[in-house]
Amino acid sequence: MELNSILATDCGSTTTKAILIEKVNDEYRLRVRGEAPTTVEAPFEDVTKGVLNAVMEVEELSGRKLLEDGKIITPQNGNTGVDVYVSTSSAGGGLQMMVAGVVKSMTGESAERAALGAGSIVMDVLASNDGRLPHEKISRIRQLRPDMILLSGGIDGGTTKHVAELAEILAAANPKPRLGQNYKLPVIYAGNKKAQDTIKETLGEITDLDIVDNIRPVLERENLGPSRDKIHDLFMEHVMAQAPGYKKLMSWTDAPIMPTPGAVGSLIEMIAREENIQVVGVDIGGATTDIFSVFEGQFNRTVSANLGMSYSVCNVLAEAGLDNVLRWVPMDINRGELNNRIGNKMIRPTTVPQSLEELIIEQAIAREALRLSFIQHKEFAVSLKGIQKERTISDAFEQSATGETLVNMMALDLMVGSGGVLSHAPRREQAARMLIDAFLPEGITQLAVDSIFMMPQLGVLANIDKEGIAESARRAALEVFEKDCLIRLGTCLAPVGKIKPGAQLLTTTLTFKDGHTETHEIKAGELKMIQAPYEPIKAQLIPAKNMDIGAGKGVSIDTEIYGGVVGILIDGRGRPLVLPAESDERIHQLTRWSQAVNEYPEIQS
Amino acid sequence: MAHSYTPGLKVLRETIVTKDRVLPLKGEVVVTQGQTVLPSDVVAKTDLPGNVQMVNIANILNIDPGDVNDVMIISIGTAVTKDELIAETKGLFGFFKSSVKAPVDGTFESISEVTGQAVFREAPIPVEVDAYMRGKVESILPEEGVTIATKGAFIQGIFGIGGESQGELKIIVSSRDEEITPDMISAELSGKIIVGGSFISLEAYQKAIAAKVAGVVVGGFNYSDLEPILGYTLGVAITGSEDIGTPLVVTEGYGKIKMGDRTFDLLKQFDGHSVSINGATQIRAGVIRPEIVIPLKDAELTGAHKRAATTEGIKAGSLVRIIRAPYFGFLGTIVSLPPELQKMESETMVRVAEVEIDGKVYTIPRSNLEMVETN
Repeated sequence: MELNSILATDCGSTTTKAILIEKVNDEYRLRVRGEAPTTVEAPFEDVTKGVLNAVMEVEELSGRKLLEDGKIITPQNGNTGVDVYVSTSSAGGGLQMMVAGVVKSMTGESAERAALGAGSIVMDVLASNDGRLPHEKISRIRQLRPDMILLSGGIDGGTTKHVAELAEILAAANPKPRLGQNYKLPVIYAGNKKAQDTIKETLGEITDLDIVDNIRPVLERENLGPSRDKIHDLFMEHVMAQAPGYKKLMSWTDAPIMPTPGAVGSLIEMIAREENIQVVGVDIGGATTDIFSVFEGQFNRTVSANLGMSYSVCNVLAEAGLDNVLRWVPMDINRGELNNRIGNKMIRPTTVPQSLEELIIEQAIAREALRLSFIQHKEFAVSLKGIQKERTISDAFEQSATGETLVNMMALDLMVGSGGVLSHAPRREQAARMLIDAFLPEGITQLAVDSIFMMPQLGVLANIDKEGIAESARRAALEVFEKDCLIRLGTCLAPVGKIKPGAQLLTTTLTFKDGHTETHEIKAGELKMIQAPYEPIKAQLIPAKNMDIGAGKGVSIDTEIYGGVVGILIDGRGRPLVLPAESDERIHQLTRWSQAVNEYPEIQS
Repeated sequence: MAHSYTPGLKVLRETIVTKDRVLPLKGEVVVTQGQTVLPSDVVAKTDLPGNVQMVNIANILNIDPGDVNDVMIISIGTAVTKDELIAETKGLFGFFKSSVKAPVDGTFESISEVTGQAVFREAPIPVEVDAYMRGKVESILPEEGVTIATKGAFIQGIFGIGGESQGELKIIVSSRDEEITPDMISAELSGKIIVGGSFISLEAYQKAIAAKVAGVVVGGFNYSDLEPILGYTLGVAITGSEDIGTPLVVTEGYGKIKMGDRTFDLLKQFDGHSVSINGATQIRAGVIRPEIVIPLKDAELTGAHKRAATTEGIKAGSLVRIIRAPYFGFLGTIVSLPPELQKMESETMVRVAEVEIDGKVYTIPRSNLEMVETN
């Protein structure tokens, strides 16, 4: 069946967002969006009320009748109802898991990757070699009360003793789920096949045990799919079924409800695959920052649980240090007062910056939150550890170990930012600057923001596997992502290499669609913005002989790049970006860069 | 009339305060519906399963895990005392025996022939839940807990640390902008809940903790002073489990900020009353703010009470507090709520409110206002 209209909601912890997609002239486009407060908590305690309110707004804005007797009308009949309704959810704190593996850096890490990839928050990773005594592990499990546990360990056919020990620890802890006192805790076993019977014996009675294929059948290969799918199933059957109103919501949707970050991740994965590109996506929220990446076809997601812009803003300050935040602020500020101001943002998380000074401070904190989250991501997104590698004589000079980060900034093609501080920055130039300063892209990188955070809904849409509509739903998700979801900021060109102050780094010649040509030179320490629309632009990039723009030191590139609402940003500030230590010089430098990209109003040097 | 939902803190002269007092696991409720309770009365109790200790018998005795049952000299379910003999090898001709002793007082719960691990569980941990405030048992949730209700004054703070506490309310400053200084803290304040004006310094607060003051209520506190008290940097505002003896309730925010006049006047009115406070704060979805409950006698009630749970939006005439720079800490009255978005100095487009502060009208984002709910 060809879909003509799609309704999708995302039930967040504070807001429920609904979008209506319609097919017009054989093209899927976002028609309208609506939102309403989420109603999981008292006094409503029924998620569907918030969903209906958000849909009602969509109804009013689109003039299309979508609701009847407090239910969504499906399928579409003329100008009434929609063909498909889907939803994601992160209400009630999302999915909180604990994972366990025998060796922390091997099966422990694989289990963590599976849980994160499925959209969960990982509260702790237990491992036989994590240095904790059994009773310490037991009290940790009892204290955390996760929604679900993923137990892995051992390669197929290997020793069963260690994973059996972990199961005994779980059994001794006899953990109770976070929600609801009356059901057994779901546990997924994805370890050594040989240990399945022992695990059944140990955990079968006291937990709701499910057994899936080993997450690491052999050392050289991860098999995350079965665990990830099982997590999604159990999220629906157990965790969500305990949350108020979800049973009703589940009966309305045409596809299983997905955890919000799981849906976003799968969309990013799909885009990287379809376009054969390397992608980094970031969602910076009030409490947490999620980073998704696809490099060399491998998908990774990390959640920095306590790096965010409001609820955990003080933690950004604690982890980054006040000096690191202040280095992005082009003015002198009393440190004690700044501490209190940031503290006040934490206890009143919904406030917005009224003065320019407040906005600049907030965006300085965002740079640090993003930078720290990305460090965590790079440390996690690595190649598999513990694999034996064949070495040749040439490797003797380049001792590359296993477990290296997959994140390669030079190879990165597209960076997508979302979350209030990026999506709602008053000027798009500010979003571009935050992304560049925090992530330090190298070579040629396209930048974009998800203006209204539509990725969760598009992610769940792309995952519909119902026969007959799967293909059309996928097409709709990709078309809307391309045309309506992203705001293309432009492209960052950042030559990398040892730089000397004032030295010439890159010559860029751009030939626009209308035929006119511009040539720009960039010197060390400069940041330049060239206005250019989102259209293919022929670019000839000639780096200085010790600089690399993507093809190697001193090697020129002829390519096609895209502008955007900001344009093309040429960053000659070097990698890593070092800011002057001396305060006056730093302020002068920051002000210059700010003016070069028209970042803030009325900044005077 | 324009109307806007704005989160607010309650400063209520008279209301019905209800508190759920629930066990972490199912147990026994020990009071009856309608019963009058005091703050320290136990309302429900249970036993948490004891802590677990594991001993790897196979490793210690250097035997195959499959053989562990042969060496155990106690059976599953047996009570053991610490250092009691629990397993022993036969040795050679009765000599060279190796043995294992019980790691804790408890019960032998299980043993595994796969890993050789024996599990011992310590005695159950009794848990009791008290009534927290003077009042009546309004309802009972069988096996789980009760709801206590009381009529009285109810004040919410913006942020606090430390858990629940009770004591006599004692105002120790003469005005809402006076700070609590170390010289104001004396041994006589032990067991009292003291109220200050705009600020308490780290030194004064530490002195109050040392003097066993039952709690501190004040307008402002320095964010950086939390670290020496808590022993860590507070990154996320989730508090309540700190064991500091003297909970702190901050009514306005970080820095030196005059306590709101209604808050101060209300506390002053009930100087000398027995009150319950809770510093626990959770700023996440499902927000918990610190609080001061002042149960009142019938003679002190006027009958104009209001349930603490009701929340109304702001409208023209509402009293609000500004909660972000550049007017942080000011109290004002809403003049109007223009419907259209307006551009701020930061160029952020927001919904605004016109607020009158000391005779002058300012335009302020609605998100930067907090309603002061009074009666």
